[in-house]
Amino acid sequence: MFVRGLKRKCFDGEEDIEGTLAGIKAIPSYNLQRQSLLDMSLVKLQLCHMLVEPNLCRSVLIANTVRQIQEEMTQDGTWQMINTQSPGQASLDRLVSTDILCRSSRDQAEGKHLPAYGAFSKDFESDQAQESSETMSTTSSVQAPRNLQSNVWEMENPQENKGNFQKSLDQIFETLENKSPNSVEDLFSEVDNSYYDLDTMLTGMMSNTKMGHCDSLETFSSPTNTASNSNCKSDLNDLDHIVEILVES
Amino acid sequence: ADIISTVEFNYTGDLLATGDKGGRVVIFQREQETKSRPLSRGEYNVYSTFQSHEPEFDYLKSLEIEEKINKIRWLPQQNAAHFLLSTNDKTIKLWKISERDKRAEGYNLKDEDGRLREPFRVTELRVPTLKPMDLMVEASPRRTFANAHTYHINSISVNSDYATYLSADDLRINLWHLEVTNRSFNIVDIKPANMEELTEVITAAEFHPHHCNEFVYSSSKGTIRLCDMRSAALCDQHSKFFEEPEDPSSRSFFSEIISSISDVKFSHSGRYMMTRDYLSVKVWDLNMENRPVETYQVHEYLRSKLCSLYENDCIFDKFECCWNGSDSTIMTGSYNNFFRTFERESHRDTTLEASRESSKPRAVLKPRKVCASGKRKKDEITVDSLDFNKKILHTAWHPMENIIAVAATNNLYLFQEKVN
Repeated sequence: MFVRGLKRKCFDGEEDIEGTLAGIKAIPSYNLQRQSLLDMSLVKLQLCHMLVEPNLCRSVLIANTVRQIQEEMTQDGTWQMINTQSPGQASLDRLVSTDILCRSSRDQAEGKHLPAYGAFSKDFESDQAQESSETMSTTSSVQAPRNLQSNVWEMENPQENKGNFQKSLDQIFETLENKSPNSVEDLFSEVDNSYYDLDTMLTGMMSNTKMGHCDSLETFSSPTNTASNSNCKSDLNDLDHIVEILVES
Repeated sequence: ADIISTVEFNYTGDLLATGDKGGRVVIFQREQETKSRPLSRGEYNVYSTFQSHEPEFDYLKSLEIEEKINKIRWLPQQNAAHFLLSTNDKTIKLWKISERDKRAEGYNLKDEDGRLREPFRVTELRVPTLKPMDLMVEASPRRTFANAHTYHINSISVNSDYATYLSADDLRINLWHLEVTNRSFNIVDIKPANMEELTEVITAAEFHPHHCNEFVYSSSKGTIRLCDMRSAALCDQHSKFFEEPEDPSSRSFFSEIISSISDVKFSHSGRYMMTRDYLSVKVWDLNMENRPVETYQVHEYLRSKLCSLYENDCIFDKFECCWNGSDSTIMTGSYNNFFRTFERESHRDTTLEASRESSKPRAVLKPRKVCASGKRKKDEITVDSLDFNKKILHTAWHPMENIIAVAATNNLYLFQEKVN
């Protein structure tokens, strides 16, 4: 069902230039492209933080793209899930919760940083920071079976960030799968929310978004850890839920 | 704040309304032909300017509501005044534009400058007379239709019964009566019970031009649904479902995004409808649901650049499309201030540019060509040199004549067919 032989869209402009350079870069593999597309999509979803409500159509389209990539990766076998008999299989289809992604702006306005995106971004940042003991404890149980997978990634993606990012992303989705559908709040309460200043992330972002350069997102600047507000997360989600009901009534 | 966000001719084509990001509406009126200035026929001059929507703040959600005018739709003229509906993300307003060219003079109780006269000074009674004055155009809000949409309104469409209209946001469509502002009926609701399952949104909606019970709405998955309001109060079940099967050979991660329909327009005849997705325009026969009858590629050379366009968000640009009065030609915009017209019978297409450099008043526009690959010929433009910030999203065609209005960011261009 997945399509091999994806046209090399991302690197159109660059191939000619790089082909003439002394050290000729290998033509990017399909998996590399797919990974960078996934990274880019997640970043885009994270940037729905402005004061004005994010465009729902855009968010839904990006979320669908992310889902599609994840499904393909799952079928590919590059995304091995542990405990395949777990009852939470259904949530595999809802790996990315659009609701949370689109609600982020409200949370942002209340002074809290993006909960959902924070989880994604926080996780790959945590590997750089190497500080979060809570995350480490959840990963320790999954490290061993993941060796094979991480080897696959490291072969193709020499940059450590991406491999770590992938592992971190796996952790989130695996936790989502293993627990009940309402586990999202639990997920966030577990995760240490000492992630970075949004501005720092954005400046890292902006230098990457150039036309014609679909580079993978490597230059996230190291985070300045802000105070964690994990305690408020579940309250916040309740509040959002209530607000949503109120607004729609 | 001057960026034009919508363009619309009225039913006779004498008036052209534009809405901008700052919430302003500017109406242009066509000059009448006069003996002294025979060439001035066809020129549009500013008729009225008013502030339609102001920025608001939603205190419950702590979010700003943009004042940008998303759509303007004229009502058919029924008396001397003109009426139009203009909408931002949340609120629709009915505006009355009326002319005043006479002034009453000779009041008994007040002076010419408006001050009340002393009663003892009134020695005789007189009848006020009407004197001509300089034309003044007044715009006044007559109705405000608010608080019916949780999500952003993307379309409004006046029904052929001239009494009702629909407004569509990302997940719901509401039916209003023009006279009633405190009540609206929800006729389509695609919001899932669990928002986490949301995968599709409504992108545009329009009433059928002649059948007051039919309307269509398009989705972000590239499908169009025709609904009949006679069948049920809630039109979640469609009467017709239009979708073109996907070409498996061109499938990519961007397939869904580029299939998302940004605009849907019925033909004037009511027999066809046109949809615009990112790379093409499709004409559908309402009697055939499984594929369009005509497909026109707008800028196929962008297909190999989709990754870059996804990165810079251009892939989410919502282009509009329009029919000419006789439904023989369709028009839509592109990048680099280019817009394209397609003649349906002859299959001839033209690419034109709306820019100051290439448009001198009264000069014939030169057709442009984009060089997709290979050696660039003289006067051709390569894909890489296209300016993706200069996008033409909004165009309109005069309902009867070959006059087109093209909005290029904050400039409005009007082109007319050259009559020899």
